[in-house]
Amino acid sequence: MKTKPVSKKGIEIISLVTAIIIWQLIADFVIGNTFILPSFTDVVYAFIKIIEKGVLFTDLSISLLHFGIGIISALVIGVPTGIAMGWFHNADRAADPLIEIVRPIPPLAWIPFAIVWFGLTHISAGFVVFVGAVFPIIINTLTGFKSVSKVYVEAGKVLGCMKSTSLIRYIALPYSLPSIAAGIRIAMGVGWMCLVAAEMFGVSKNGLGYKIWWHYYLHQMDFVLVYMLILGFLGLLIDRVFRWYVDGKLLKWRKGVVV
Amino acid sequence: MGRLVIENVGQSFEKDRGEATDALRDVNFEVKDGEFVCIIGPSGCGKTTLLRIVAGLDRADSGRILLDGETINSPDPRRGMVFQEYSLFPWRTVMDNVTFGLDMSGMDRKESRKIAEEYLRLVGLEQFRDSYPYELSGGMRQRIAIVRALANDPAVLLMDEPFGSLDAQTRNKLQQELLQIWESKKITILFVTHSVDEAVYLSDRIAVMTSRPGRIKEMVDVDLSRPRDRTSTSANKLRNRLLNMLAEENK
Ligand SMILES: Nc1ncnc2c1ncn2[C@@H]1O[C@H](COP(=O)(O)OP(=O)(O)OP(=O)(O)O)[C@@H](O)[C@H]1O
Ligand SMILES: [Mg+2]
Repeated sequence: MKTKPVSKKGIEIISLVTAIIIWQLIADFVIGNTFILPSFTDVVYAFIKIIEKGVLFTDLSISLLHFGIGIISALVIGVPTGIAMGWFHNADRAADPLIEIVRPIPPLAWIPFAIVWFGLTHISAGFVVFVGAVFPIIINTLTGFKSVSKVYVEAGKVLGCMKSTSLIRYIALPYSLPSIAAGIRIAMGVGWMCLVAAEMFGVSKNGLGYKIWWHYYLHQMDFVLVYMLILGFLGLLIDRVFRWYVDGKLLKWRKGVVV
Repeated sequence: MGRLVIENVGQSFEKDRGEATDALRDVNFEVKDGEFVCIIGPSGCGKTTLLRIVAGLDRADSGRILLDGETINSPDPRRGMVFQEYSLFPWRTVMDNVTFGLDMSGMDRKESRKIAEEYLRLVGLEQFRDSYPYELSGGMRQRIAIVRALANDPAVLLMDEPFGSLDAQTRNKLQQELLQIWESKKITILFVTHSVDEAVYLSDRIAVMTSRPGRIKEMVDVDLSRPRDRTSTSANKLRNRLLNMLAEENK
């Protein structure tokens, strides 16, 4: 996958431009009502307005704050839990039933308790993200640890790496890193969706998700669509940056492995 | 020092329904300090099992193993092991694989790199120090696995068919390299192989095992002067004798 020839890059651009033109034509000449379908130019104007007013930056940083609180606490709790369950058989037996019962509860069902426990605060929104993100991280860390090949553990032992903590740190953890990274990616995807929903349902008084709801009440569908697109692009960007970092820096050794 | 005594070692594996496979029974032999001993025997006779017990990875059901008079019951960097399958850590570079044991012993990073560099030069792979295992051929991987075990400066090196998956040419080359290392480091080597040819070329003595349950059928002295000629008549005679012994077992 080196640089693509120009003709190939062209196809993607043509496809995007065509979609935008068709969208603009349908909105202007078929629907003709910005409330039902804002056109491309409506959306561009709305976008310029939120930038001029400076609210975009606030919304962005608030949403990223919620997201960060949720993902970081999911990592801090999920990775060690997964490690303990993957390495110590008894921890797995003790925690597994609890997790299997709590896991199927949709994260958004936690919103009432989030508000009761944490009020309308950033923590509250972060908590909903946390609930969505923590299980994929636990599960993937756990499966990573369970699949560690015996030969690596034994090779470690005969080379003088004997204690459980050292074996975890120097053998099982690096071995499981691809699986953990995949779990984090899933967790970020789920967390991002929970974030928007949590903000919409009133856990927060700011943020990208909240703004969608707010503009809907004001019947400003062009603004709703702007925030929707921003959410899409931001989600994509976060995923790409994470993948670029993990595949390029952390998992260089895996190039030989067929994924 | 590395004098290994294997005393009445027996091992059986529990199967479902309470039955048990007798893998080893009453295995007795001794490996002198600095000696090169090969173990040959039919497939499934317990060679890997025996080596794992000597490494301390498994506990024997009965008997004991002494290294310089001390009983072995857990893995120890004084006994290096090269596994039957590829065992380099795929997430570490060649250099970091070789320094692994030294890092675990708490050695200074600069020091351990210096030692590793020497060993890499010994097998001619110093220009691959920053490569990952997936970038290496099978022969290179086994060279690194050997060097990784050696970097810990073990008294005994245990090797489980380390060249089993290599082509004949690479195999011969690695056998030569191993002998050079053995002669310069003066370590004790216990080497499992399927190949009678390999055993005759490498060892001072050969332990021939019976089929399951594995015992020592005979300890054969290899009275051939080094460096050895693979095609000499005395080597041929010895090979035939060993092959006949194995054929008896495979009946
Ligand atoms: N962990 C285990 N559980 C149950 N049975 C085992 C186990 N390890 C080995 N065995 C059995 O013990 C016997 C000896 O196995 P071992 O791997 O030591 O043979 P081997 O001589 O190394 O064979 P090969 O030459 O094919 O590598 C076999 O019958 C095998 O099925
Ligand atoms: Mg074997």
